[in-house]
Amino acid sequence: MTDQRTPLVEMKNISISFGGIHAVDNASVDLYPGEVVALLGHNGAGKSTLIKILSGAYRRDAGEILINGEPADIHNPRDAKKYGIETIYQTLAVADNVDAAANLYLGRELRTPWGTLDDVAMEAKAREVMGRLNPNFQRFKEPVKALSGGQRQSVAIARAILFNARILIMDEPTAALGPQETAQVGELIKQLKREGIGIFLISHDIHDVFDLADRVSVMKNGQVVGHARTEDVTKDEVLGMIIMGKVPPKAIPGPGAMQMA
Amino acid sequence: MADTTNTAHFNRARSAAENPVKRFFRATEIDTRLLGMVGAMLIIWIGFNFLSGGLFLTPRNLWNLSVQTASVAVMATGMVLVIVTRNIDLSVGSILGFVGMIMGVLQAELLPQVLGFNHPATWIITLLAGLSLGAAIGALHGMIIAFLNVPSFIVTLGGLLIWRGATWFVTSGRTVAPMDATFRLMGGGTEGSIGATASWIVGLLACLAIVASIINARKQRKRFGFPRRPVWAEYFLSGIGCALVLGAVAIANSYPWPANIARKYAEANGIAWPEGGLFIAHGIAIPVLIAIVIGIVMTFIATRLRFGRYVFAIGGNPEAAELAGIKTRWVTVRIFALMGMLCAVAAAISTARLNAATNAQGELDELYTIAAAVIGGTSLAGGMGTIAGAMLGALVMQSLQSGMVLLGIDSPLQRIVVGVVLVTAVWLDTIYRARAK
Repeated sequence: MTDQRTPLVEMKNISISFGGIHAVDNASVDLYPGEVVALLGHNGAGKSTLIKILSGAYRRDAGEILINGEPADIHNPRDAKKYGIETIYQTLAVADNVDAAANLYLGRELRTPWGTLDDVAMEAKAREVMGRLNPNFQRFKEPVKALSGGQRQSVAIARAILFNARILIMDEPTAALGPQETAQVGELIKQLKREGIGIFLISHDIHDVFDLADRVSVMKNGQVVGHARTEDVTKDEVLGMIIMGKVPPKAIPGPGAMQMA
Repeated sequence: MADTTNTAHFNRARSAAENPVKRFFRATEIDTRLLGMVGAMLIIWIGFNFLSGGLFLTPRNLWNLSVQTASVAVMATGMVLVIVTRNIDLSVGSILGFVGMIMGVLQAELLPQVLGFNHPATWIITLLAGLSLGAAIGALHGMIIAFLNVPSFIVTLGGLLIWRGATWFVTSGRTVAPMDATFRLMGGGTEGSIGATASWIVGLLACLAIVASIINARKQRKRFGFPRRPVWAEYFLSGIGCALVLGAVAIANSYPWPANIARKYAEANGIAWPEGGLFIAHGIAIPVLIAIVIGIVMTFIATRLRFGRYVFAIGGNPEAAELAGIKTRWVTVRIFALMGMLCAVAAAISTARLNAATNAQGELDELYTIAAAVIGGTSLAGGMGTIAGAMLGALVMQSLQSGMVLLGIDSPLQRIVVGVVLVTAVWLDTIYRARAK
């Protein structure tokens, strides 16, 4: 890359294996402020695993994570949040049986001076944030279980942006959504980008990716096939990277690139 | 705030289309499920009263019922948290037995050697030792479950056998009696009740607390401009709450001391024995008071503290809780430690009531405790349950049992009935929940 700024996130030579299977093998990716980097690949290519290492859900076997150029110690989700890394998981990871405000503040509840939960303050803040994301949302008193897929999605996204994230990880953020809600998420990503937040976007939808991402990193069998700027490659070329590991001329090949005979 | 007015409009539009009954429940925000349980309990009460020829709904029987319920009700409050996190605790009866036996030996055999008999500090030292022991046993179970990943069913099944066996070894099976005089107050009886005046004071304080909490909740919602209940609903809820409390106090206060005890008391205090006998009211029994206080504290823990929020979040989605940065394993340890402490409280109540610590104390209590929690609406799938529901569940179970004793039904048949009721109650609950969706 010609970019001389310090990357927001640099994951270098990350490896992790589960019972002898190399889920992620010597993978490196980076992310700059105000940039959207899409991670692409088949199911089981290792994208989600790589990203879960960054969000603290898994512990890497080898490799290094730099945040703003400095080595970061990430052992669990709490550590990741300290570095301003927020994640929206594919499974949404909301507690179904409690209401939206409780989910937004899960693990970081507001408390009154007496140490009790300040539900009213949390609900007030939840109403404010949700009002910005999804003005039609009114069901603050009901457990999240009662909400539609899109509403649950807004809860998960609101939780990520509520705490001034600098790095946002979105694992299939639109998988459960209808077209209108997908468009809303797209708008939101653009807005967050303008605010200087770096976003890792994991998606299967190549159209989404070309709409939103500045760069793509493609993974296959746990290895990085290559990186490319979206303006330098076509959708077919990216598909070629995903399916065959074939790296187009304008992309930078990684360790997983198909060896040219 | 534009949002609020929208909601208000929306709610009004919605409530206009509903029938008065639905509107009433929406306005008062009464839990219809809990109300159903109260209804079921009243049917049981009235049924037994009818069958026993008016023996069930007497101050005496209701007072005894409240005392008999206390021990299981205390444990049921903790069982709710255990079951909400998708665990189970089969060892509560055995922990009760073991801790009860240790407390018995401590106050009847060990402490008198050091402090002398009936020393005023005996009961508190005994109780604190019991609570610490209970918490330690619970924490041990919790750690094995959380950190060694052994399923709670197995850990506590082991606990059921181990602690029951350990109880025997404390005294080689010998029953320990009698208990310390002050300690015994925790078991109820004529001495272990607070009397008429104190009961009214407790009742009035409870009424004040109910009204204050309703006013405070309203203020809080007003402060942030949230939709509020209609004013009539607030009055209605305060009124119903106070009426229930004062009604219960009135019943406890209309159960007099037995004539021979009252006579002894009159002689000891130089009161002339009147013609029609002396009416000294029991008032609220101390074990019942303990259970109520524990119910309030546990409700506070479950709904107002971060720990309680985590318990429910873990029950709803353990993975999400973990990813949100909650230390789920430590929460599990704390839940089981709390459960162990509540077993110790229950052990104090039941040894004090029996005035002895026996080998078989608390046998089958684990099943009654679980049944109480489940009848009270705690879902075995996790994530759902209330403390008040579980305590009400304990009262329903006890009502059935003492009603059947009153009717002279044999104990094998009693068990069959309780078993059938348990299964039926949960089945009805499943139907209710399916409809509610």
